[in-house]
Amino acid sequence: MRDVAVVGFAQSRQRRRTDGTTNGVEMLVPIFAEVMGGLGIDKRDIGFWCSGSSDYLAGRAFSFISAIDAIGPVPPINESHVEADAAWALYEAWIKLQTGEVDTALVYGFGKSSAGDLRRTLALQLDPYTLAPLWPDSVAIAGLQARLGIDSGAWSERAMAEVAVRSRRDAETNPYAQLAGSKDVDELLAEPYLADPLRKHDCAPITDGAAVIVLAAGDRARDFVERPAWITGVAHAVDSAHLGARDLQASASAVAAARNAGIDGVQVAELHTPFTHQELLLRSELGFGADVRITPSGGALAGNPMFAAGLVRIGEAASHILSGSAGRTLAHATSGPALQQNLVCVMEGRDR
Amino acid sequence: MKQPAAVLGTGQTHHKAKRPDVSMAGLCREAIDRAMADAQVGWDDIDAVVMGKAPDFFEGVMMPELFLADALGAVGKPLLRVHTAGSVGGSTAIVAASLVQAGVHDRVLAVAWEKQSESNAMWALSIPIPFNMPVNAGAGGYFAPHVRSYIRRSGAPEHIGAIVAAKDRRNGAINPYAHLRQPDITVESVQASQMLWDPIRYDETCPSSDGACAVVIGGAEAARSVDRPGWIHATAMRSEPTTYAGRDQVNPQAGRDAAAALWRQAGISDPLNEIDVAEIYVPFSWFEPMWLETLGFVPQGQGWKLTESGETALGGQLPVNASGGVLSSNPIGASGMLRFAEAAMQVMGRAGDHQVDGARKTLGHAYGGGSQFFAMWVVGSEQPE
Amino acid sequence: MEPLTAPIELSFDYTRSLGSTLGRFMTGLAGRTIIGARCSDGRIYVPPVEYDPLTGAAVSEFVDVADEGEVLSWTWAGQPMPGQPLDRPFAWALITLDGADTAMLHALDVDSPEAVTTGMRVRARWVAEPVGHIRDIVCFEPASIATAERPAGSATSSDVEPVTMVTTPVSLQVQHSASIQETHYLIGLEQGKLIGQRCPVCRKVYIPPRGACPVDGVPTEEEVELPDRGTVTTFCIVNVPFYGQKIKPPYVCAYILLDGADIAFLHLILDCPAEDVRMGMRVGAVWRPRDEWEPALQNITHFRPTGEADADYDSFKEHL
Repeated sequence: MRDVAVVGFAQSRQRRRTDGTTNGVEMLVPIFAEVMGGLGIDKRDIGFWCSGSSDYLAGRAFSFISAIDAIGPVPPINESHVEADAAWALYEAWIKLQTGEVDTALVYGFGKSSAGDLRRTLALQLDPYTLAPLWPDSVAIAGLQARLGIDSGAWSERAMAEVAVRSRRDAETNPYAQLAGSKDVDELLAEPYLADPLRKHDCAPITDGAAVIVLAAGDRARDFVERPAWITGVAHAVDSAHLGARDLQASASAVAAARNAGIDGVQVAELHTPFTHQELLLRSELGFGADVRITPSGGALAGNPMFAAGLVRIGEAASHILSGSAGRTLAHATSGPALQQNLVCVMEGRDR
Repeated sequence: MKQPAAVLGTGQTHHKAKRPDVSMAGLCREAIDRAMADAQVGWDDIDAVVMGKAPDFFEGVMMPELFLADALGAVGKPLLRVHTAGSVGGSTAIVAASLVQAGVHDRVLAVAWEKQSESNAMWALSIPIPFNMPVNAGAGGYFAPHVRSYIRRSGAPEHIGAIVAAKDRRNGAINPYAHLRQPDITVESVQASQMLWDPIRYDETCPSSDGACAVVIGGAEAARSVDRPGWIHATAMRSEPTTYAGRDQVNPQAGRDAAAALWRQAGISDPLNEIDVAEIYVPFSWFEPMWLETLGFVPQGQGWKLTESGETALGGQLPVNASGGVLSSNPIGASGMLRFAEAAMQVMGRAGDHQVDGARKTLGHAYGGGSQFFAMWVVGSEQPE
Repeated sequence: MEPLTAPIELSFDYTRSLGSTLGRFMTGLAGRTIIGARCSDGRIYVPPVEYDPLTGAAVSEFVDVADEGEVLSWTWAGQPMPGQPLDRPFAWALITLDGADTAMLHALDVDSPEAVTTGMRVRARWVAEPVGHIRDIVCFEPASIATAERPAGSATSSDVEPVTMVTTPVSLQVQHSASIQETHYLIGLEQGKLIGQRCPVCRKVYIPPRGACPVDGVPTEEEVELPDRGTVTTFCIVNVPFYGQKIKPPYVCAYILLDGADIAFLHLILDCPAEDVRMGMRVGAVWRPRDEWEPALQNITHFRPTGEADADYDSFKEHL
């Protein structure tokens, strides 16, 4: 495999509501300038572009088309788009770099969740014949998953609250986070349920946001930055859509992705877990012990810009390498109901 | 670094205005099962699945690849969803090819589909957007003014569009999967059909179809087990904005740039002589001469002459849309992959009654949005050096 | 200035053809019977999967299962959302029906979360006249509740016409925002002005202005008021009726390049025979009465010929 690294990352401030358009332009223009300015490059230095977004979030068909205006794609660009979190756009870009056709790629994702009723919109990801006509919302699906683990003893409401406290306290040092700071566990457990067994603190907030990552291969990466975040493995997989037939307390696809990416020795793991119990599930499935620092950015529980949040995890995990604060880090992204689809990206720094 | 990749098999549905006999999964599987049988592979042989289709509003399912994961045989495997407007079928095949070319997978299944009868494409595409004046022109109204510009610019005579329409529909009549099959259509009958969006007549417009297309793409090792694989010689994608000051909307730069990159990668210097069959995305008849120019088969302003000469018909120098093309079947999300698959079928010798004898190098082409997203590939009967 | 916002309504009744397996399931529901599929792993899947999870083959063995079962997991829906099965608080439950090996998701009608437990017995509550739709099951209810005599199940299913299609309404609302640049333009329209903006990099004038100049990727800035007349660059004559059409054909849709603008936009040409419209024709805006003005381009009902001499082709050929 060709050596490919994350060399640049920028993200918009995560907010409950922004006043820009649903095509993301207002969020993308400044972060494109930030990431390319930081690397001293312009759009002509990018060999391939790939983005992730959703028409359903925007409420209009082809919403990604206007987004490319933020690039100023004249002359025309080599470009693609996934209808998924931009972590999967990063995967497509990594593949493109592996073919050797290009040496650099820019990946972005955006979503203005505040424009619609996200919980309800996500019901349209479910089976359109037997489930979506009942409109089970995304929090309900997560609640069913959380209860299974509580009943089996795999996790508890207290352990879930502990995840919330740690996440939102970690977010106090994340200038991009939407929510930061937390009451203590006992206070949280005294709060009412939002969707028994989930309380508000168990659920990611609704967030508008965008993120961008620049990838580069080999010497190009070394030219850009002192310490590129070399991708040693990136892989993804999907689980069955039949919620009542798959083991919702496990994540076979996350385990498969982790196995294929090779996760041994990671010091930091940025997990994309919009619900507290999902972090507990993944930590167990991926075998992370106390030696792995979990989601120091605060993660999706501190801000969950749909279609960008997975890419943000990769950017946050890469930042530890770029800054030299860690040697080997992992990022995880998820998509679909109850962790149906999962991606794992492992990065490391190397001494010159 | 780049690994060889080849089409091992292709499959498509019987395209129709409505396929009330199948679910969305069933529609996809009809194409997939044919492609896997054609490639002589089983589910265990497939390493990854790439799915493409146009806007989710058409079927009213958000990211339908998620609920289709089981039917697509993707459980436990990587599943990627591509969406690049009308070019998506082509982009999906290119992404699948790149998974093999990157050396990541040995065999990848790509599927693209649209089940337009779940809703109404005109509804999905004309949802009133606040503060935007509705175009008041309908489906062809966006493209018809650009056709008029082409005619003005090239001096093409009025009957060129009818020549294309009659040719493609007659080709469709010998393709058992085509939606419209009109063996008796003539240039005169096309010209006698209703003028819808002047200068575009009824018979010069594509139908609205339910349909799917699938291809299995594999590496050199996998290709060895297949009789006559379709080797991928080059792929290219380019995008530009829908509008910008000074944009050439008749002969978009993104299309010209993609073609130039494609020919360069394929080592082709004279596409008209080196390409044996072209499957070009022609939803309105006039786009054949327009894209012949954009693709560099002929100089600017000359595309209509090639069409008029009959050289784009079966038996001509460059048969274009031997399958009947988009004018005969248009399951939007799948239409681009159908062009790519039909190009591959030609070099694999599996195009049946519309086979062009001796086809060794062919073009598959797709475009989307406001003529702004382009995806293309060249496939050949021989492994490229 | 705050950007203008307005809702987009996304409402459509999707018509979903079912194919053989889902058709069999829905036909079963029409007869108050729940059908599952036996797969090669020995499990009975309810609702039936269309393809065997191990072999990938289309499933072919179907069995009736009970409309009673037990709760595998549940969560509380304290504030039901539009479209959900009940309009009062209820529980969502994964329910393993007797005879099934997988759980199905549906609503469970109980008064409070205290009334639900994992493992509790529940049974389907059917609508009075099932039609072959998942909503033929209104919801589930605790099996402990005594009910009036229940309609028979499979006894009637042989009388049921095969169900091949379900209609599933999808209705969402998304709040659309104009960009701040577009808002300036829209407010201008409300005052009878055509406001464009110039890109600070390429200096081209865009109308409507852009959140990002599509060439340079930066917002357009400097305001330029444009006249309400310009040139037809190209056009089509619409002769065809279509979904959502507002005007009786034939009429002309044209790209109009306002004098001083660097980009054309689509609008209507009326007040002259369609066949008289030409590329290069000079046209002017026809405005609605002032008291009808809104922040919308519709304030201009259409353009019509000014009678000036046609513009030279060379003057607009770069805008085709």
